[in-house]
Amino acid sequence: MASGSEVGEVAAPIEGALSGISSELSVRGEVVSIRVRPEDLREAAERLLRLGFDHVKAVTAIDRPGEGIIEVVYHASSYGNPGLTGIIAELRTSVPRDDPRVPTLTEIWPSALYQEREQWEMLGVIFEGHPELERLLLPEDFGGPPPLRKDFKIPTEGINA
Amino acid sequence: MSGAGSGERTLELLIGPQHPASGHMRLVAEVDGDVVVRLRPDIGYVHRTVEKIAETKTYLQTIPLIERPPLADTANHNLGYVMAVERLLGVEAPPRAQWLRTLLAEMNRIHSHLYGLGIHGIMLGSSTAFMWAFGDREIMIEMAKRLTGARITYSYMIPGGVRRDLPPGFAEEMEKALRYLERRLPDYDRIFFSNPVTRARLEGVGVLTREDAIRLGVVGPNLRASGVAYDVRRARPYAAYPELDFQVVTRSEGDSMARMLVRVGEIRESIRMIRQILARMPDGPILAERYAKMIPPKWRDYVRETGRIKFPAILASLRPPKGAEAVSRVEAARGEAVFYLVSDGGPRPYRMRMVTPSLRNVVLFSHLTRGCRVADIPAIYGSLDYFPPEADR
Repeated sequence: MASGSEVGEVAAPIEGALSGISSELSVRGEVVSIRVRPEDLREAAERLLRLGFDHVKAVTAIDRPGEGIIEVVYHASSYGNPGLTGIIAELRTSVPRDDPRVPTLTEIWPSALYQEREQWEMLGVIFEGHPELERLLLPEDFGGPPPLRKDFKIPTEGINA
Repeated sequence: MSGAGSGERTLELLIGPQHPASGHMRLVAEVDGDVVVRLRPDIGYVHRTVEKIAETKTYLQTIPLIERPPLADTANHNLGYVMAVERLLGVEAPPRAQWLRTLLAEMNRIHSHLYGLGIHGIMLGSSTAFMWAFGDREIMIEMAKRLTGARITYSYMIPGGVRRDLPPGFAEEMEKALRYLERRLPDYDRIFFSNPVTRARLEGVGVLTREDAIRLGVVGPNLRASGVAYDVRRARPYAAYPELDFQVVTRSEGDSMARMLVRVGEIRESIRMIRQILARMPDGPILAERYAKMIPPKWRDYVRETGRIKFPAILASLRPPKGAEAVSRVEAARGEAVFYLVSDGGPRPYRMRMVTPSLRNVVLFSHLTRGCRVADIPAIYGSLDYFPPEADR
């Protein structure tokens, strides 16, 4: 659906804006995917904001126990810059599964506030500096491991339980 | 109530989770007399673990799951999810299916906006607005039933197309329905939208500036009522939208009244779009050739005669390539819905991220209520068309 040239055109300024940061860029439809190291996440987000990516649409953590990592993925785009509204910048990084820490991006993108909290609750990713890493959707007395981790066993009921 | 606030002057007021709005959530308000000092939304009372359950279901079985949270706006979320699945699989629905998807999406937008306006009405004490809107929403439910066979949860859009073609006489019946709605809108205007009580409760209340709307990543009519003309149907057109003539309705006031009036304007635009769709719907198949040719030969006459797809077995075991990822966005009734799918090559999504408009808008509860009166809380809440099950998923 996305015209390749349009996204190609926007990938170039993103590449320029990220100069000096070790990153891998790839284009997939309307999405420009940028992989960075966790220590560069904040700096990359700040530069994307300066370029016009003014809000976050989705914050997603993905558990990959086989590789011993959790991926943290931000999908950001623009409301204010008409040239960028059709593009999604996918900023992603990987952290060790047994100590999944990334800096919060809520100061750069306040739109990430509730979704970072949700990913902390569901996958145990610690967003360092987040103002309220508290339960959001799960019951107050929920005691199990983060339920969207792959090793969380879904309790079953009924004849096969 | 307790004195747990910032001093002895303030009280903590717990509103909900049982309250006369739609779905359940709790608001924890710190009040100084009649003035809200701070308000914190406490959500999750209707959390269904949709993202986790999706990892245990096939791509096709996930469709009904997607439709439960945004009830009243099932078609738009169905569409967003199916678009993401199609991107994983590299399949596209044929043109007629794209137009039928757009038809149901716009019918659902009218239905959802009437639902939201009705709830807003009852929150302001207008039982009439509630009764009328919930009565009139029935028209789009009935028309959706004729098209899809179901009233609310249609599961109409499937990878590669749609389940059913237009039934005979649908366009004529729809024209009657649209004329009825057009006759009704001035009635609503007289008794509710322009009612002095409504205006006194909504004008200048809960003002969201353009800068804050952008910064907080707000979506849908709530965003457009603050002067931001972002609408996925225009920013990244999908389905039949590139070929339709429609306005992106915006207002500049950013108050509760503006949010309501943007929805009313969008009902008018949806009516225009449905007329265009039914007048210009292209002929052709409603399922991609890749899947249509797998329908068993003995069923092909049935499909041709009834316009109803008999699912080929392949749909039950779709396996996108290992490592494939897809993002989709659609303009759902309450705002942008985003889906992010990750495949590991298996028959079930490895990760299914579903970000609904109500989840994006929940940030507004604390932002817009700071310094408002307690009586403004329901006026603002209703103006956001916030739907707890949609946010909690």
